[in-house]
Amino acid sequence: MSTEYNGYVTAERVEGAEDGPLAGRTVAVKDNISTEGVRTTCGSAMLADYVPPYDATVVERLKAAGATIPGKTNMDEFGMGTTTETSAFGAVENPVAPGHVPGGSSGGSAAVVAAGDADLALGSDTGGSIRCPAAFCGVVGIKPTYGLVSRYGLVAYANSLEQIGPIAPTVEEAAELLEVIAGPDERDATTRDAREEGSDYEYAAAADGDIAGMEVGIPTELLDGADEAVVETFWDAIDDLEARGVTTHEVELPSVEHAVEAYYVIAMSEASSNLARFDGVRYGVSGGFDGNWNETFARAREEGFGDEVKRRVLLGTYALSAGYHDKYYQKAQDARAWIQADFDEALAEADVLASPTMPVPPMELGESLDDPLTMYLADANTTPVNLANLPAISVPAGETPEGLPVGLQFVGPAFGEHAVIRAGSALA
Amino acid sequence: MTAQAAETEDLATVIGLEVHVQLETDTKIFCGCSTEPAEEPNANTCPVCLGLPGALPVVNEGAVEAAVRVGKAIDADIPEETTFHRKNYYYPDLPKNFQITQYDAPICADGELEFSVGGERRTVGIRRAHLEEDPGSLQHKGGSIDTADYTLVDYNRAGTPLMEIVTRPDFRSADEVRAFLAKLEEVLEYLGVFDSSRDGSLRVDANLSLVDADDVAADGTVDEAVLEAANRTEVKNISSHRGAEKALAYEETRQKNAIERGRAVEQETRHWDESKGVTLSMRSKEEEKDYRYFREADLPPLRVADWRERLAIPELPDARRERFQAEYGLSEEAASKLTSTKQVADFFEDVAEAFDPDLAATWVADELLGELNYRDMAVTDVADRFDEIERLVELVATDEITAKNARETVLRSMLDDGEGPDEIVEEAGLGKTSGDEVQQAVEAAIEENPDAVADYHDGEDGAINFLVGQVMGKTGGSADPGDVNQLLREELEG
Repeated sequence: MSTEYNGYVTAERVEGAEDGPLAGRTVAVKDNISTEGVRTTCGSAMLADYVPPYDATVVERLKAAGATIPGKTNMDEFGMGTTTETSAFGAVENPVAPGHVPGGSSGGSAAVVAAGDADLALGSDTGGSIRCPAAFCGVVGIKPTYGLVSRYGLVAYANSLEQIGPIAPTVEEAAELLEVIAGPDERDATTRDAREEGSDYEYAAAADGDIAGMEVGIPTELLDGADEAVVETFWDAIDDLEARGVTTHEVELPSVEHAVEAYYVIAMSEASSNLARFDGVRYGVSGGFDGNWNETFARAREEGFGDEVKRRVLLGTYALSAGYHDKYYQKAQDARAWIQADFDEALAEADVLASPTMPVPPMELGESLDDPLTMYLADANTTPVNLANLPAISVPAGETPEGLPVGLQFVGPAFGEHAVIRAGSALA
Repeated sequence: MTAQAAETEDLATVIGLEVHVQLETDTKIFCGCSTEPAEEPNANTCPVCLGLPGALPVVNEGAVEAAVRVGKAIDADIPEETTFHRKNYYYPDLPKNFQITQYDAPICADGELEFSVGGERRTVGIRRAHLEEDPGSLQHKGGSIDTADYTLVDYNRAGTPLMEIVTRPDFRSADEVRAFLAKLEEVLEYLGVFDSSRDGSLRVDANLSLVDADDVAADGTVDEAVLEAANRTEVKNISSHRGAEKALAYEETRQKNAIERGRAVEQETRHWDESKGVTLSMRSKEEEKDYRYFREADLPPLRVADWRERLAIPELPDARRERFQAEYGLSEEAASKLTSTKQVADFFEDVAEAFDPDLAATWVADELLGELNYRDMAVTDVADRFDEIERLVELVATDEITAKNARETVLRSMLDDGEGPDEIVEEAGLGKTSGDEVQQAVEAAIEENPDAVADYHDGEDGAINFLVGQVMGKTGGSADPGDVNQLLREELEG
């Protein structure tokens, strides 16, 4: 089942159990989530032939829940991108906004759901990689609290930041998928049991649209500099919510102006280490190079990685190096702590925080590839949430006058998935 | 060291160690794979220890417990919380091209170990001891690392728990290093966390430098600044305490010779070549490696605050040696021998309880260890035959065989041929001969040797010895010579 918008890297069907909460439904899986016997490329030439001998925990749970996996979805190489244009398997086109990008890095997952080629999909979100494509493709995406969903089998890009999460046409369906994949896993030491954090796993029941009396905080910093049409669509949606009994107030998150820098330093640093294993010995192009093993590794990495991956690995290596570690990596960690404190404070006075998911509507294909810095800045509203380990949802909020989808993001307290699901369900 | 201080008798040797020991756990440090050595390469592997994309480490608490026990034994501080870091470097035996190790919150800090060398007690400080994962191993085919046609990687070893023990630069000689390592092995074996017979279970890197003897303070310490200023060599590839002594004695002499000849000692890493008995320069210029340490986010901090209280450790060799002297009245030498390994000490106590401490001490410390030593065998080689050895002691204790036969025939056959004591006694006819047989032999010897009998009556003392010899010959050596002597006198006088 190939798609003309290039949503799948590998369209190989895997059937799950006969019964279960997801029986009869298809759940596409992002191609950085390990599937036993089905190649898992991470959108990279380095892993074009890599077939994992094991299933990720979330894939085991999908199968046990009766889901059918229709294929592995296209993505930015190793999750490094905001447009799904850095894939070694070609860019994905936005099925609801032809000529535009679907967002990234889980662009394939959002696109197959938006096009109706899969009922649901799994993405992964390191700095917005579920929410951004959900917003750009007009579907729902949830980035869970760090530690709610097992990462076992998720090929790491930046392991202190990322979570696997659902993408679906509606909030309720996304919540149903989250119910299947959430919960502690003895193979991922960072998972926690929501029940021990004063919460539970009844997410779908929270998608009841009953938002009367909810208190929504609006961080003004996340509206500054956003595209005018996006801001207008955002306020229209807020007006709608207020009409249905929500009260809003403005909040300040002064630290978030440093979020993008902190995010990229941390993500690139972790990436430089996480991607070190791809050296040609067991993955990618191996042998045939002259020189010692060090030179051979370098050649294998030169051939196997794309430009954006090389850029991030080089910058991350630099940020961790002696003499720069304190100036970049440590400073980014300090900023992360500050951002966490700001969110704690804002969420003490609000059930959820609301902002546009992306400050811009979907870019045109090819528009941002040569300008990485502008692309990085598009992550301004999503990256702070990963730095703070919090749950967030992106729901469709409307369209720009040109008909491009705009997403609205709700951020909740740790293990407060119910709050973002409830708020989101008022819109989708 | 500068070339000016060319009088080598004015120099003091300063050595510090980084000792890697494999901890004995059933499973690897971050996954459930067995740590047993496997014949087949890559048999004991899984996605985690292979470093497959997406696999995550989970700490084996058994390895952390072993490390805490080591910490107690070396009197180290155990932190409230311990954390793991990544040490980033590229090497073909490293599955992830980073090693999970510990950095700023190691499981043990500020310990010490006391040991004896040349009859003196010495204490060496232990700066820190931390946990980390062992890499895989490389097999170079068709040559050495530089000349091989190709290299194979075996990940069976990858993920074996390692403890890196970093000492303070408190050693003043190579023989101190050897004594320390022997003691460290002994303590680790007592704790049940280490198996010295295992290939690669002990790996040592040593830093050695020569400083002006005047810079050594009265308490034996050397100022950090002095050490910084001295050019040191790091000697790698040491795999035993004997090897450590040889390598460091060689390195000490090499540096002294260089200084005597007015040449500077280069700061460098050198490789100990065990077969040639020399250290060889690995790199002409030592470059400062940058491992880009940072926190391993896949492993949350582990609270170990109460583990020190929770985990018991057995009586350690020093305490046990003192108790053996006091409780069993043993000499310090015997007590030392009997506490050299936990296995020997436990065996001694079993035998002492069953029979008699003196007999147990003689049989375990002198006879058994002596014969094993002569055969270049270790106690571990006969650990599964302790029941048989105890039976042998029983045969002696109950007077069923003579001590001489037990020692010279039975024990030796047991070790050489692998037979059990009762079989050997039976086959060699060593069971003590009964009174009647001895009596008959005595009478026969008197009848057959009238000259000797006459000599005896003439007061020649040698005659009785001749007759004893005759009786012993007739009984195949199984009679007790004292008894025979007594019986002969009674017969001759009567």
